[in-house]
Amino acid sequence: MAYHSGYGAHGSKHRTRAAPDSPPLFDDTSGGYSSHPGGYPAPGADVAFSVNHLLGDPVANMAMAYGSSIASQGKDIVHKELHRFVSVNKLKYFFAVDTAYVAKKLGLLVFPYTHQNWKMQYSHDVPLPPRKDLNAPDLYIPTMAFITYVLLAGTALGIQKRFSPEVLGLCASTALVWVFMEVLALLLGLYLATVRSELSTFHLLAYSGYKYVGMILSVITGLLFGSDGYYVALAWTSSALMYFIVRSLRTAALGPDSMGGPAPGQRLQLYLTLGAAAFQPLIIYWLTFHLVR
Amino acid sequence: MAFTLYSLLQAALLCVNAIAVLHEERFLKNIGWGTDQGIGGFGEEPGIKSQLMNLIRSVRTVMRVPLIIVNSVTIVLLLLFG
Repeated sequence: MAYHSGYGAHGSKHRTRAAPDSPPLFDDTSGGYSSHPGGYPAPGADVAFSVNHLLGDPVANMAMAYGSSIASQGKDIVHKELHRFVSVNKLKYFFAVDTAYVAKKLGLLVFPYTHQNWKMQYSHDVPLPPRKDLNAPDLYIPTMAFITYVLLAGTALGIQKRFSPEVLGLCASTALVWVFMEVLALLLGLYLATVRSELSTFHLLAYSGYKYVGMILSVITGLLFGSDGYYVALAWTSSALMYFIVRSLRTAALGPDSMGGPAPGQRLQLYLTLGAAAFQPLIIYWLTFHLVR
Repeated sequence: MAFTLYSLLQAALLCVNAIAVLHEERFLKNIGWGTDQGIGGFGEEPGIKSQLMNLIRSVRTVMRVPLIIVNSVTIVLLLLFG
């Protein structure tokens, strides 16, 4: 009884107290904008009106308009500078892929020994995009493989309880730096050997980026099957990648008219290709062995 | 060997400095890598040595002024931030 009366008293007290200042469970945005100053502007044509009404301060309005014009100008400047350094159309060529191409290319990277025709196809002296030509290099697979490698490195380190966010960033930048150095070395070698090929920087970046697929497979096998599985997968992916690189670079560097050039240039080019191929297993081992200890 | 992008920049800066320091008269001519000894005519394909000499000469010519700027900035930043 006392309990009930106490409860009743509490209830009445609560009720009288509740009316003025009970906190709303959700913001009521149906009618008044002035109730919640930062709140949701009405959709449609009322936005400008509501913005004016919200801030109610012409200086702030001008500042917002100025800021948005500055932002659009900045965007234009960024676009212009980007177009000066990176030809976006050439970059788009490398990302024109589809699912069938990606699947076949991944299969080719793992088992290139039965592929017969390695020449790239051209239509009126313009190389066909990767969608139509299996032998064309692309940048989609290397990019995705790099991101997957970074995530996988984080997972592997987490399994070994050695994870921290700095290590992840370090892993990512290390892998990226090695690829850049390899591309620079290849560019230097191609320049010194005066090979007249249509291998642009992006082609070399693509061919260097294919090693990430081998790294991912080695790390996954190492995580699933232990150290022995890691070495087996390392040997298999290294040899497949070496074969792939040698065949691709030999036909790609020769170009569409397959001139060949004088003898020393040819030999240098061969050494360059073999050197690039021999470098792959080393770098795959270097970048992954600390993950499968 | 854990690389950060900053260490790559540092290594590149040091390499370019090393190329820029090679003195034309005192050093390169003495080992036969001077720029007037290399150009072998327009006929045949240039060999590796002349390509390398061309590369050194062009790097030194192009990067002389930017190197001054980048070196100064690096020195100031290293003094300030260690």
